[in-house]
Amino acid sequence: MSILVIAEHNNEEIQSATANTVTAAKQLAEKAGCEISLLVAGHNCSAVAESASAIPGVSQVLLADCPALDKQLPENFAPYLAELVKSKSITYVMAPSTTHGKNVLPRAAALLDVAQISDITEIVDAETFVRPIYAGNALQTLKSSDSVKTMTVRTAAFDPAELTGGGCSVETLDAAADAGISRFISEEVVQSDRPELSTARIIVSGGRGMQSGDNFSMLEKVADKLGAAVGASRAAVDAGYVPNDMQVGQTGKIVAPDLYIAVGISGAIQHLAGMKDSKVIVAINKDEDAPIFNVADFGLVADLFDAVPELEAELG
Amino acid sequence: MKILVGIKRVVDANIKVRIKADNSAVDVEKLKMVVNPFCEIAIEEALRLKESGAATEVIAVSVGPDSCQEQLRTALALGADRVIHVATDEITQPLAVAKLFNAVVEKEKPGLVLFGKQSIDGDNNQTGQMLAALSGMPQGTFASELAFEGDEIIVTREVDSGLQKVALKLPAVVTADLRLNEPRYVSLPNLMKAKRKPIESMSVADLGIDITPRLSTVTVLNPPERSAGERVSSVAELVEKLKAEGAL
Repeated sequence: MSILVIAEHNNEEIQSATANTVTAAKQLAEKAGCEISLLVAGHNCSAVAESASAIPGVSQVLLADCPALDKQLPENFAPYLAELVKSKSITYVMAPSTTHGKNVLPRAAALLDVAQISDITEIVDAETFVRPIYAGNALQTLKSSDSVKTMTVRTAAFDPAELTGGGCSVETLDAAADAGISRFISEEVVQSDRPELSTARIIVSGGRGMQSGDNFSMLEKVADKLGAAVGASRAAVDAGYVPNDMQVGQTGKIVAPDLYIAVGISGAIQHLAGMKDSKVIVAINKDEDAPIFNVADFGLVADLFDAVPELEAELG
Repeated sequence: MKILVGIKRVVDANIKVRIKADNSAVDVEKLKMVVNPFCEIAIEEALRLKESGAATEVIAVSVGPDSCQEQLRTALALGADRVIHVATDEITQPLAVAKLFNAVVEKEKPGLVLFGKQSIDGDNNQTGQMLAALSGMPQGTFASELAFEGDEIIVTREVDSGLQKVALKLPAVVTADLRLNEPRYVSLPNLMKAKRKPIESMSVADLGIDITPRLSTVTVLNPPERSAGERVSSVAELVEKLKAEGAL
């Protein structure tokens, strides 16, 4: 038995979602009594493999470095992964529940003719896992009968593992073939000096109450004083105020920061699904009956256009 | 070009569901059921592609008990040319649904298959990717924009870091994200007319697919409740409390 963790990286460095997934893998390794390998698949990514070899708890790093895996297109990566699982007799495959993990892993699972368990939040035993359904309004405990168990890991549910201090070998794997049915064209990466939503300690989010995209600059000013990330509700994304990569919720990013400040957000089920595991929740809304107040530790009924500038001033 | 669209019947997104007393499942009895919102976006895109001349026929397909014919009628009322009901009363997990769709794809040979990126009940986000794997088609998940160029479809994808564009050889599977389009409403006259249109039906046995679930549900429980905290009367009080809490 062995666990394979798929590392999230950009060919240059390991991304934080990997650290949370390693924590989940370590918990599973303890319960299943097996070792953890980490797969670094990409192109010109040997530096990533080298730094991954220092992650405590990982027994081996597998490096698949070739042009066909450059952007980890699922048409090339999934068959490669499925073959690797068979040839190495891997019994568990874990990927972070990011857009990348969600894209590739179900394709590999289907090629292996096994189910995938999406978004696990708890490992009960070697074959039993907990995951949220219905936007987190229910927790389902599932038992898998598949010989290979594939799962994506909800990163907000597992603390990040240390990434340095260990030392293991790196095995270089054969190159992958290009299936010839898909091509990467371009990427628009959002540039921001603020922390990423998924790892920020504090998040300031705006909803439909913000009334326009321009008004989000008010939240940005507060965020900059707090070293916080800026998020948004689906309603604000739907209304075209801000881009989708800022969306917190059932169908956007799932976050659990130390402090979540919800501004002009009513608190629809699908938004709560993405932030209700935050340690401290603050709600600022002029509607005193807004459902967001039912989950907020501190609620302020106020017009956000007064309260937010005041908050910025108060933070000095 | 034919477009195949997957449609799932789910509980209305605005309803807060309850869990059965025996903790075996979510209780969906007597609740308002609708087309999964992301499937609505998928069918809207298919209809727009037909209206623009890029597609010739839109076929909506749903897997499930007879009750899902209600959602197929909605698809007809919206403008689907044909609808196919793959009938089963068994619980179907994403791998099984993907296998059933693959069997339909082999019969219908669509140029494009459109799904929603996830259903709002199971929240699995798997079926499109799994169908793509089984059929050997490329996949464009979390799509926010589509364009055709020669024998390829250019898909703009909503990824964690921003937007990614990929070119996929047709036929392909695309899963719809929120911003792909704004779905139209069904009109009552069209809904009435749709009641008289035929629904093609096939059984799981007809398709020869083993749909035995690979995952069994042990329990379904309520998540820990979060209770409302306190109201503060001013921004100054809020900041003071947050500092006392160690949150700032």
